[in-house]
Amino acid sequence: MTDEQKKEEQKPASPEAAKPAAVAAKPPAKPAGPAPEPLDNEQVRRLRARFAATIGEATLDRKQAIVVVARERLRDICQYLRDEEKFDFLTDLTAVDWYDRSPRFHVVLNLYSFARNERLRLKVPVADSCPSVSGLWSTANWLERECFDMFGIVFEGHPSLKRILLPDEWKGHPLRKDYDILKQDTDWVRENLGIESGQ
Amino acid sequence: MAQPQDISTTVLGADEIILNMGPQHPATHGVLRVKLKLDGEKVIGSECIIGYLHRGVEKIGENRSYPQFAPYVDRTDYVAAVSNGLGYCEAVERLLGVEAPPRARWVRTILTELQRIASHLLWLGTHALDIGAITPVFYTFREREEILKIFEKYCGARLTTHAFRIGGLQYETYDGFEEDVKKFCRDFEEKVDEYGELLTENRIWVERTRNVGILTAQDAIDLGVTGPVLRGSGVRWDIRKAFPYAAYAQFEFDIPIGERGDTYDRYLVRMEEMRQARRIILQAVDSIPEGPILARVGKVIKPPPGEVYHSIEAPKGELGYYIVSDGTIQPYRLRIRPPSFINLEAFDKMVRGHLVADVVAIIGTLDIVLGEVDR
Repeated sequence: MTDEQKKEEQKPASPEAAKPAAVAAKPPAKPAGPAPEPLDNEQVRRLRARFAATIGEATLDRKQAIVVVARERLRDICQYLRDEEKFDFLTDLTAVDWYDRSPRFHVVLNLYSFARNERLRLKVPVADSCPSVSGLWSTANWLERECFDMFGIVFEGHPSLKRILLPDEWKGHPLRKDYDILKQDTDWVRENLGIESGQ
Repeated sequence: MAQPQDISTTVLGADEIILNMGPQHPATHGVLRVKLKLDGEKVIGSECIIGYLHRGVEKIGENRSYPQFAPYVDRTDYVAAVSNGLGYCEAVERLLGVEAPPRARWVRTILTELQRIASHLLWLGTHALDIGAITPVFYTFREREEILKIFEKYCGARLTTHAFRIGGLQYETYDGFEEDVKKFCRDFEEKVDEYGELLTENRIWVERTRNVGILTAQDAIDLGVTGPVLRGSGVRWDIRKAFPYAAYAQFEFDIPIGERGDTYDRYLVRMEEMRQARRIILQAVDSIPEGPILARVGKVIKPPPGEVYHSIEAPKGELGYYIVSDGTIQPYRLRIRPPSFINLEAFDKMVRGHLVADVVAIIGTLDIVLGEVDR
């Protein structure tokens, strides 16, 4: 965990450090562009006080608040955020595949609060399964199904976790990084469409 | 018409039947398949089967450079391509840390609001047609044509326009753009009233839409619906006001809301939104600033590592782009938050207890586009 955090912190810093030398040759120096910075506000402190070590790194990237949370207490954290911090709207739920990291995936929840007109993004590092939040927000039902369909992340406690966009019998999860863009379930295509390739 | 009643018992002890609707059905607006569980003519359960139009747009995004992907977003919600382009371009601009010049933002606002009117006109015509009112579709397509003509004159395309570029605009407005837009707005005012005369107090229309597909504000928030569906349920929330983008902060407009959250309220909300869109366009077209139309973004678009979520108020609801950059010319992850997909999730809640005839009214009132549902 700590190694990973370090990696994340270093990542944005390194290209910028390399930039000045490259830019110096060309007179119109470009601004370095936005980069993530650590976030420490009241809300994050309240979260930390309540959930201690399950709250990981908090950053501000492009003026947007991001908090890394552990999967173990995701449901409690979400319930707290929904009921007490008034983040009552789940805007989006998706995942990112960091195939060379461990744990491999980030489940990303985009929360919104009508009362505060604020967004908050939760990132949950998971290996292959994540607690379902569909009991807290009905909208998570289809979003988690899509996530399962595209990444193969299993949402524990989901009422009917099955594929949503791809056919039920399809093999493979297309948004994983090791799934090539030209790859497909050739057996399924041959059987159901009667052609050798969908390309 | 149909009041939701106790649906736990089957009248007359008849067996429930499963009715399959679509994927090829004129009232499902594309390739949507709905499985309905029926008790007689009453719907007691439903399941939407989607994915017939899945093209892997997000996967394509990860395998294209940032500018290369821009035309693809037009093909998600293909009846509101201009709005999709605005959301994508602004998301990448935010990732880069640049802002489009004022002139570009004004022109973007005008074109996007025209697109909102065009999208709502298409919705109004087909929604009315589904319910049995055949006349409005001819009128709404007549006005939509005028908007598409403006798009065609501006960028050469009518539907999948690719009107904007990352950093601003590719094209300067054509000679007579302002006059065309003003002429459209001048004529459009009484046209909206004309549609209203056909429907608003039409007894059949009211009977078919009042109390059909009710969604309370609480359910709407729980189900994550956005756009006119959320506002129809009485939640006064619009991203143009909550997080102003483009040039919306400069203009005055109202956010219409409904009271009961039924199909009729959503109809009234969208009608009023067309009037408000006209109001925005008129303010914008009189104040387009002079100046450059493209910010300095460089020939190779290579955002610094990091991530951004940017959303706009598309005609269907909150259209968001969540982009993760790893510092290369291609997005590491590109997620489209599709309003139609999430609004369609509310379908089951809205349809229970209604008659089969109301199903098409509820599909229509959600205003979904399957290209965006399936991506």
